[in-house]
Amino acid sequence: MLIASTNVAQHIGFGVIAATMVVGALRVVTSNNIVRAALWLVVVLAGAAAQYILLAAEFVAVTQVLVYIGAVMVLFLFGTMLTRAQIGRERDLNNPNRVVAAVIALALAGTLAFVLIDAFHAVRLPSDSTPVSTAGISDSIFSTYLLPFWALSIVLTAAVVGAIVLARRD
Amino acid sequence: MLINEFLLLGAALFSIGVYGVLARKNAVMVLMSIELILNSVNINILAFSLRNNGDVAGHVFALYIIAVAAAEVGVGLAIVLLIYRNRRSISLDELSQMKG
Repeated sequence: MLIASTNVAQHIGFGVIAATMVVGALRVVTSNNIVRAALWLVVVLAGAAAQYILLAAEFVAVTQVLVYIGAVMVLFLFGTMLTRAQIGRERDLNNPNRVVAAVIALALAGTLAFVLIDAFHAVRLPSDSTPVSTAGISDSIFSTYLLPFWALSIVLTAAVVGAIVLARRD
Repeated sequence: MLINEFLLLGAALFSIGVYGVLARKNAVMVLMSIELILNSVNINILAFSLRNNGDVAGHVFALYIIAVAAAEVGVGLAIVLLIYRNRRSISLDELSQMKG
């Protein structure tokens, strides 16, 4: 009984969050106001964090909130602020041939949905899997996946230095 | 729960992101759409990780993707800023001088 009720709650939670995310994503790509698009992006990213929790990935969810909603959104708002004088509605945000883009995106969505339903229609997620602990993730990062971690460290350092060099006024 | 619920959500976000990349003219908006795409990939990775009874590798690479996305946004916005400083516009259809 308890398992069944948590299952229903999971489904309802998933549905509500997923619908919010899709609506938010559509607003991100159709809004005529850059700041509003950025704030809708916050909705989508927070929804993604909630989905990570549903997928039993707490540490990734917390990292998502810290890095995306905390840091990346501030970067986006700074970028908007520094590249656009006025904050408000603008007319000139879309390509003239965005109908082609919509056709491509719809075709892509249809293909993906067909393939996924065809391949995974009966696959269930296990409801009693052992939860991944943060200690397990860190053990894995610093042993099995140490080489990608180093590569990523170099990439981040290069990105920070590169961003400073590019954005510097000289 | 079915794995397809998460995979279809990821597919929907991915397609919306692709539409944004193709349809938007403002460079900052294109970067936002790329963030949508990267998040859909992360949802897929974590769904498959849970399907393999909580595989740690999925969590590790989801974290790596988040870090790479942060680096990408940093460099991308620096480039956008530089373009804006030189041309007073970040409209992508005006940036055609590399077309040969």
